[in-house]
Amino acid sequence: MNTISAPGTDAPSAEVSDYPMPRATGCPFDPPPALYMRQAQAPVSRVRLWDGSTPWLATRYEDMRTLLADPRISSDSTRPHYPHQGPGPKERRTQSRAFIAMDDPEHARLRRMATAAFSIKHVEALRPTIQKIVDGLIDTMLAGPRPVDLVQAFALPVPSLVICELLGVPYADHDFFQSNSKTLINRDTTREQARAATQRLIDYLDGTIGDKLAHPADDLLSTLAERVRAGELSRHEAADTGMLLLIAGHETTANMIALGTLALLQHPDQLAQLRESGDPQLVASAVEELLRYLTIVHSGRRRVALEDIEIGGQTIRANDIGNRDPADFPDPDRLDIGRNARHHVAFGFGVHQCLGQPLARVEPQVVYSTLYRRIPTLQLPVDLDGIPFRHDALVYGVYELPITW
Amino acid sequence: MKVIVDQNKCVASGQCVLSAPEVFDQREEDGIVVLLTETPPEHLADDVRQATALCPARVIWVEEQEQKE
Ligand code: HEM
Ligand code: SF4
Repeated sequence: MNTISAPGTDAPSAEVSDYPMPRATGCPFDPPPALYMRQAQAPVSRVRLWDGSTPWLATRYEDMRTLLADPRISSDSTRPHYPHQGPGPKERRTQSRAFIAMDDPEHARLRRMATAAFSIKHVEALRPTIQKIVDGLIDTMLAGPRPVDLVQAFALPVPSLVICELLGVPYADHDFFQSNSKTLINRDTTREQARAATQRLIDYLDGTIGDKLAHPADDLLSTLAERVRAGELSRHEAADTGMLLLIAGHETTANMIALGTLALLQHPDQLAQLRESGDPQLVASAVEELLRYLTIVHSGRRRVALEDIEIGGQTIRANDIGNRDPADFPDPDRLDIGRNARHHVAFGFGVHQCLGQPLARVEPQVVYSTLYRRIPTLQLPVDLDGIPFRHDALVYGVYELPITW
Repeated sequence: MKVIVDQNKCVASGQCVLSAPEVFDQREEDGIVVLLTETPPEHLADDVRQATALCPARVIWVEEQEQKE
């Protein structure tokens, strides 16, 4: 058992490095070298953020779990020392917090209004629908020209169609909400851009909640509208929750699909194993391993310490490089779809652990067990250097992935 | 082995159901954990221990009954 210890309340020295750090050229799947060094030598140490603040950064798996499960730690983004990811993200979290940026009991009250739709049973019941969506998009790709951009033709539409169906949002509006959420999950978005995009999305969701109040259907936004009618939820809270789910529901899984496919293409032995096995257990284990290996939500969990927690600081970030901690994952930089990686922290830990995780498992399971089987000669028509990685996005991945067959 | 859960603090992550579906289920109305059996058979003990380790809200405990030295 590790405890968290670091030099008391030391004033930050001049050498505190800027965060986030760059990944090494040629290693798009590995965390930045500077983070490996910290994990080995200074597992809890300070970094400097965009606004000059110097929070603590935790890099070890066990420290990360311990911190994120500690009740003295807060996710409340309105607290003065909260380590925001940039001016744009700060603006969004001020205008629309949603329960991801709240503490219990508020967080628990609001999260529980959305949990039913994400239970294992409910999501398993969606598997045939997801399979149909995946097969339909592959049919269309196969009938179209080559090469094709996998992100636009497949990786983004799969989760987008699924979350639209689950929430009860018309897919026809996808250009509108995808472009606004793209603005919001970029680190370099300005305050003004973020304010406008947040307002557009809130207005859109508020309008949809209004429609659901008038014409309830069998979907999650109608469930939230019903709570509004019952006086258990304010209209504003309902729109914030809807917006959180809409953004989280497609930006993340889309990158698991595209970046996951790229990683597998770079590891042909693993890809062949996955394509030829047909064993649902290997598929499930491949998804866990790719969640760990890719750790697409790569910018760290952000928290504020409400009391001194051994490390003496006020603000804490836990970085997901915990998923490459050799103490918990032997030979951590190797992609091995057969290993047991279920204990990864790609979905975080503690009470904020990903609400959508059952969906974020089943969607890639369906994709990984279908795409490579149906297009066995899938390949990259360009070099790895030609691929635009999302270094500047809060969710890592690729902006484009040309593929051919 | 005896299993204890705290429904009040459960966050409906479903990690326990994935680990040991014979022992854990989720409530229909809000996905909160439901214990299907308090004393699971020995062959499920490892699955239950995995659920305990993975539960993000740390609300699953086991009491090992016949502890050997
Ligand atoms: C591969 C895909 C995904 C990854 C890697 C991922 C990762 C994460 C992580 C790391 C957190 C924790 C944030 C924190 O501790 O501050 C989180 C929270 C959350 N995720 Fe996901 N996520 C994924 C997919 C989804 C999907 C499909 C949805 C559903 C629509 C979703 C909805 C949420 C929500 C609502 C929260 C906030 C939970 C809370 O604060 O209680 N995520 N996710
Ligand atoms: S793993 Fe824990 S938090 Fe998740 S559903 Fe089970 S008891 Fe609840």
